[in-house]
Amino acid sequence: MDVRAGVAMFEPAEGLRRLESFPFALLTWVGNDGYPISTAINIDVDTGRGIVLFQQPAGVDVPLGDEISMTGSHIRPQPGIGYDERRHVTVWGHAGRDPSGRLTFVATTAWGWDEQTIPFPEYIERQVGQSRRYLERVSMEVGRVVRPRLSLGWLTLRATRLPFLSATFVPVLIGIAIAAAQGVFDLFAAVLTLIGAASVHLALNVANDVFDARLGADERNVNPTQFSGGSRVIQYGLVSLRRMSAISAGFYAVAISVGLLLLATRFSYALLVIGVLGILLSIFYTAPPLKLVYRGLGELTTAIGFGPLMLLGAYVVQTMGMLRPEPFVASIPIALLVALILYVNEVPDRPADGRSGKRTLPVLLPREAVINGYVIAAAAAFAVIALGVVAGVLPIPALLALLPLPLVGRVHDGLVRYYDQPYGLMGVMAVNIRVHLYVGVLMFVAYVVVIGAMWLTPGVPLFIRW
Amino acid sequence: MSWLPREVIELVDAALVTELTVVRKDGRPITYPLIPLWDGEKILMTSSILFSRKLEHLKDNPHVSLSFSDPVALGGRAGRATIQGDARVIDGDPHTDWERVLPLWSAKEPVIIQFLKSRVAFPLFFERSVIEVVPRRVFYWPDGDVSRAPQVSTSPPSVSSGEAA
Repeated sequence: MDVRAGVAMFEPAEGLRRLESFPFALLTWVGNDGYPISTAINIDVDTGRGIVLFQQPAGVDVPLGDEISMTGSHIRPQPGIGYDERRHVTVWGHAGRDPSGRLTFVATTAWGWDEQTIPFPEYIERQVGQSRRYLERVSMEVGRVVRPRLSLGWLTLRATRLPFLSATFVPVLIGIAIAAAQGVFDLFAAVLTLIGAASVHLALNVANDVFDARLGADERNVNPTQFSGGSRVIQYGLVSLRRMSAISAGFYAVAISVGLLLLATRFSYALLVIGVLGILLSIFYTAPPLKLVYRGLGELTTAIGFGPLMLLGAYVVQTMGMLRPEPFVASIPIALLVALILYVNEVPDRPADGRSGKRTLPVLLPREAVINGYVIAAAAAFAVIALGVVAGVLPIPALLALLPLPLVGRVHDGLVRYYDQPYGLMGVMAVNIRVHLYVGVLMFVAYVVVIGAMWLTPGVPLFIRW
Repeated sequence: MSWLPREVIELVDAALVTELTVVRKDGRPITYPLIPLWDGEKILMTSSILFSRKLEHLKDNPHVSLSFSDPVALGGRAGRATIQGDARVIDGDPHTDWERVLPLWSAKEPVIIQFLKSRVAFPLFFERSVIEVVPRRVFYWPDGDVSRAPQVSTSPPSVSSGEAA
């Protein structure tokens, strides 16, 4: 509803240039009675002299010498929706009179907003500090703490970034499915694995927000999207830093408890190593002193954590520590594609990440290298699936997971087109997330097919044998 | 029953945007486009806490003016008006106080209902205050021609103060 605030101050000449583009100006001053008064006027902007010429409006007295303003404001009505194309400018200055009797206006400063140049979501982000200051004032006025709110459900969804759990479910379910295809399945252990892995992931999400808030990365980001820039619940004052820290610790406590229970009931050294490594990587992803994501290692850490560790972890829980090449090979495309989710989501964050010392690959690499890097890594993910099948390591139905390959082209085209447009990238990021999800689901389906085929048509070859 | 001229009420009712001018502590006028809502007696607007500088100015100085000047924002109407008045900010609970103006707001900006459904995406945008303006004086240009003096109407003395207590 609000269509302006103190977003951009600019030079008087720029203010006059913008003012000239409106069909009329709104002349405003404060009358002797203390009330402001406005009247529409037609203006002639003399850009050479940096002044505005206009006729004395009838029936009102424009104060000469006092500070007055001229405002241009534009909307385009959209019936049934509201309006769009919002832009405005206000130029302040002082009025005088030229020898011809016309009034003159000498501009001193200007301010305005144009949603074509500053998109509304960014406009909102730039005002978050003002909202905090205002609520502090309201709190003092009403004598109690006034904070922004969300319902518990929405707040949980937002603070934990719950929808990203697909990145955990995919590798864990594939790991369980591979074990099941090899004849090993324990439902209780499978459920515990999912709970433990999801807890680590949620703890990581929340811890990431805590450390990014402490290190200033999210604060500096004025272009967050639903896929990037963190949950922002700390910046918005929806949840305190302290509470977020406690939530993260709580999830880690659940994860460690589940891990200990699994170790107690299904011990293996492989599980011990994977569990400890997984917890440490998730903590030191953003936590000092390692701050892996700040050192250009975030993508690699994500690949290892949400690829081999999750998938192999789920597998060794089921198999009580048995390790084979198949789950490892299956984890490679998942690892690459999940790292690419982070990688593409970091593209819009790179200005803020760079300013806060978060050296992600899109911060470190030039545009072309980032885009080419995406294509190479995505192609490698699909190549591993195909080669894995050809080599007889992965089952033939795993070729189903090649179906989402065309989406890679869409992500590539989107990166080329919207590389510097954070909100244009939102659709690209959504498609990229689907690449990982679809490949993962199809890989899982492939193993369900394998299990079904083993039951229904024993003896039918499911792997290529040379 | 409002003392405002019928033609001016029609402008307020039709306007998608008005230019609200508030006065800063140092006397500088600052103008903000907002959607004006007519409740039959007062002009209501709502402002997110994100864009709350105007609210701070209003709490310091309740004198305001509202300009209805843009024929595009007025649905093609040629008339123009400036309403001076006293403003009050209502923000005891920014999460819910403003919801009473939602029916009037959505009548002018229907898409806001869709936005509200995805409140989780813009939580601070929907923490809002209501600005309530009691009109004191009206300048009205019937055909929008400002080269002619406006018709001026003033509120009767019985109209209650809109200033914050």
